[in-house]
Amino acid sequence: MKQLISLRVNGELYELYVPVHKTLLEVLREDLGLTGTKHGCELGECGACTVLVDGEPVLSCLTLPVEVQGRDIVTVEGLAENSVPHPLQVTFAELNAAQCGYCTPGMLMSAKALLDRNPNPTPEEVREALAGNLCRCTGYVKIVEAVRLAARRLQGDLGNIVEEIERALNEGVVQEPESR
Amino acid sequence: MSTNGYDDRKNRTNLGSHLKKETSVVGRPLMKVDAMAKVTGQATYADDIHLPRMAYARMLPSTQPHARIVRIDTSKAEALPGVLAVITGQDLPIKYGILPVSQDETALAVDKVRFVGEPVAAVAAVDEETAERALELIEVEYEPLKPIMSIEEALEETEVRIQEYGHGGNIHKMVSLQFGDVEEGFAEADYVREDLFFYQGNNHLAMEEHSAVAYYSPDGKLTLWSSTQTPHYVHRALAKVLELPPSRIRVIACHPGGGFGGKSDPFHHEICAAKLAMITGRPVKITLTREEVFYAHRGRHPVLMWVKTGVKKTGEITAMHFRSMLDGGAYGSYGVATTYYTGALQTVTYKIPRYKFEGLRVFTNKPPCGPKRGHGTPQPRFALEIHFDKICEDMGWDPAEWRKQQACEPFSLTANYLRITTIGLKECIDKVVEASGFKEKFRKLPYGRGVGLACSAYLSGANLPIYWNDMPHSGAMVKVDRGGGVTVYCGSTDIGQGSNSVLAYVVAEVLGVRPQDVAVVTADTDLTPVDLGSYSSRVTVMTGNAAIEAAQKVRDQLFQAAADELGTTPDNLEAAGGRIFRRDDPGVGLPFAKAAQLAEARFGTLAAVGSFTPPKTPGRYKGAGVGPSPSYSYTACVVEVEVDPETGWVRVPKVWIAHDIGRALNPILVEGQAEGSVYMGLGEALMEEQVFRRNLHKIPSMLDYKSPTFLETPDIETILVETNDPHGPFGAKEAGQGPLLPVPPALCNAIYDAVGVRIDELPVTPDKILKALERKAKGQEPRVGPERMPEVEWVEPIYVEPPSLEHDPSLVPSANP
Repeated sequence: MKQLISLRVNGELYELYVPVHKTLLEVLREDLGLTGTKHGCELGECGACTVLVDGEPVLSCLTLPVEVQGRDIVTVEGLAENSVPHPLQVTFAELNAAQCGYCTPGMLMSAKALLDRNPNPTPEEVREALAGNLCRCTGYVKIVEAVRLAARRLQGDLGNIVEEIERALNEGVVQEPESR
Repeated sequence: MSTNGYDDRKNRTNLGSHLKKETSVVGRPLMKVDAMAKVTGQATYADDIHLPRMAYARMLPSTQPHARIVRIDTSKAEALPGVLAVITGQDLPIKYGILPVSQDETALAVDKVRFVGEPVAAVAAVDEETAERALELIEVEYEPLKPIMSIEEALEETEVRIQEYGHGGNIHKMVSLQFGDVEEGFAEADYVREDLFFYQGNNHLAMEEHSAVAYYSPDGKLTLWSSTQTPHYVHRALAKVLELPPSRIRVIACHPGGGFGGKSDPFHHEICAAKLAMITGRPVKITLTREEVFYAHRGRHPVLMWVKTGVKKTGEITAMHFRSMLDGGAYGSYGVATTYYTGALQTVTYKIPRYKFEGLRVFTNKPPCGPKRGHGTPQPRFALEIHFDKICEDMGWDPAEWRKQQACEPFSLTANYLRITTIGLKECIDKVVEASGFKEKFRKLPYGRGVGLACSAYLSGANLPIYWNDMPHSGAMVKVDRGGGVTVYCGSTDIGQGSNSVLAYVVAEVLGVRPQDVAVVTADTDLTPVDLGSYSSRVTVMTGNAAIEAAQKVRDQLFQAAADELGTTPDNLEAAGGRIFRRDDPGVGLPFAKAAQLAEARFGTLAAVGSFTPPKTPGRYKGAGVGPSPSYSYTACVVEVEVDPETGWVRVPKVWIAHDIGRALNPILVEGQAEGSVYMGLGEALMEEQVFRRNLHKIPSMLDYKSPTFLETPDIETILVETNDPHGPFGAKEAGQGPLLPVPPALCNAIYDAVGVRIDELPVTPDKILKALERKAKGQEPRVGPERMPEVEWVEPIYVEPPSLEHDPSLVPSANP
């Protein structure tokens, strides 16, 4: 059975005619072409498909689009403002918190939700908040550091983020994260 | 032109010395070249590909562990609207396999199934749901055969065979090698100890489920996009099974979402997608479910091990005898190599003058095992480092000092003729001992808390290729554009370790440009020179050297053209900071792009190729091909634990790891490899296991297959030790696999320090700790682990007289080649 649904994703409104049992993950990836959101289990076990719904992290593989009509859905594609990436994206890139990069979009969304409600989390609070997102590459060390560094940058003077990226590409990490 | 802040970092030297002594890119904690694509969701993984008219395919798994296929009826599935094609084993009968000696797989089962989950048929349909419905309509009639589910059963059962080849019965491979007379060595020893160990199998659990998209164009060319670590081997397998000329097949490795060895074989789904694309004329995608990933497997082999070592009162090892039995699962995969690897690297850490190795691999009715991070060496390293901890305990030796005293010499041979180059083992031990406060903690912490030490070595790439040939293992091509842009082309596959960035770094270093001025094109068999793949920790050393050679050739042309312009000779020029300038007068120079234009005007299009072939291997016996490497990395690790004697629960507050990287091309990437290795090693040591119940995988899901989350992963302190290896690009060695090896034994040694029980079997689950504590309380041996090794008739060993283990100056490469 198909149904007409309307979704607001990354601030854009979409009207779709999709089978009712199709998950939000499938609709995002297959119908909207937003393939930045990943899947690792389709059963809510790995966190790779995490998106934000009204600012809260939600597993899109366990969510039906009909449940989230009229709500604000944000995917990794919506984290950047136009071509300017979110500070979390920069610190993840800078500190090598993304190795294979497959868990990264989900991890970023959980981290964004955390920083939105707790702008200055301790390492323990970061671990607790992200514990539902599995990563097999990093041993989580650099992810905790990246979230904490982004938190500090978000609280202070952000500077020019494009310059930050240039610098990280050319000269490497200059600002050593506090926790190291 | 500005110097881009390059000139402040002139602090490292390179023993290799064919390269300039000061570096401006190498050694810096730079952002990876593909990092921004990955954090913005723009990196393309295989399942992200969507092509016009794309069809979706699914494979039908066997429900039987071991059975003859009596009948398959696909007619109802074919009749289902939306179904485009159905194939069975009869459509793809040609056998393949990663190793030439184990060509035992078919894309879909032919006549017989050998494990639950083995694909039997495949369906392409307009969408995934239709394909799945079609699978339910396929009728398969099986005639069950006796399932064989363990090493013991495989050795006992000789009538019912899983495979029709191998050593006989259900033994796939048996090897026996002896270097010197070990019995003589045991007779000379003051103390001889024997121990038994078991290392359970486990899965890579890469976050991305394998996926492939195939497209067969109207002009008869096949393109396969796949989440593979080894596009070159997939290319070869496709050509063989599909009977197409290699020139008409293009394999493109997308970013694999994690590999760890689990995407190194040619897989069922890759071949099925290709075949279905050829039949339907439409692009076809197959993405595995998580459950199917557990069946595709190729994970860590379960290995049962016995080790006997003799030592002198003064500490020297007199001899070692090691036996391993591997549970291979139903097919060969890399298993013959794995079998050798369980015996190859024992000799590379401490001096073992006489050494005997006997190993065998059996077939069982389980998903095939293969290479996982460390490939066949974490299991024996687990055994060895606990065994040595026990010997040190028995003899009253300090485990750190004993290891340092017995460490192999730099530039020496081992008993089995592996050539050691640089070795930073002693320094690694010193660094972790100091950082962790090991000496203050060992045998001194209160009951329930403990520390353990272990060390290891790993290869920086295998010296021999998987299929015999005398061509290079890695090729790279560097092109310079007249605008000053540089492109490097290489067949290597970046699986997240940063190999694309390594190519950019070394080329940028040689040409004196910035890494982001270097475009990197990799892992595409149509566009890039062959690199054998991302396995055996070979990529940095092999592609790095190949890319350096190519870049140097192009630089020679740039220097020749620039020399005339600058009124000097090429040997007086240097490239750095985006300029080519006179060494004797650095203010006199040209922008890189200007030099490129002069060179192009003079020589034509600017491009050059480079390649890397590993050095010849000194061993001259059958089996000498497994183990040799251009260099070995070394690691030392201290794990601290808290063990709750009431619950058996183990908590790891901190791990210290020191790794001899040769030279860190980018320290932040090396740290990432060490941290990931510690994490993965702890997962294997504490919880991960691929186990079976009533012939079925017990836990084929991410929820039930436990792996460490943020909360179970400890603080990890990584210390990099640089030894500047002469065979490495700018002195580098491997980092991706070696740091995993010492973690499980260091954990078990720490548990012994904490509560006085030996867990000689992984994973260390709470029930095993409680069982061992219970035994201890009853005055029994405080140990949980295997009790016996099955009796087998080992083949007569190949006898090889071992070389001297002392430092040999003739093994040091000339400083100025």
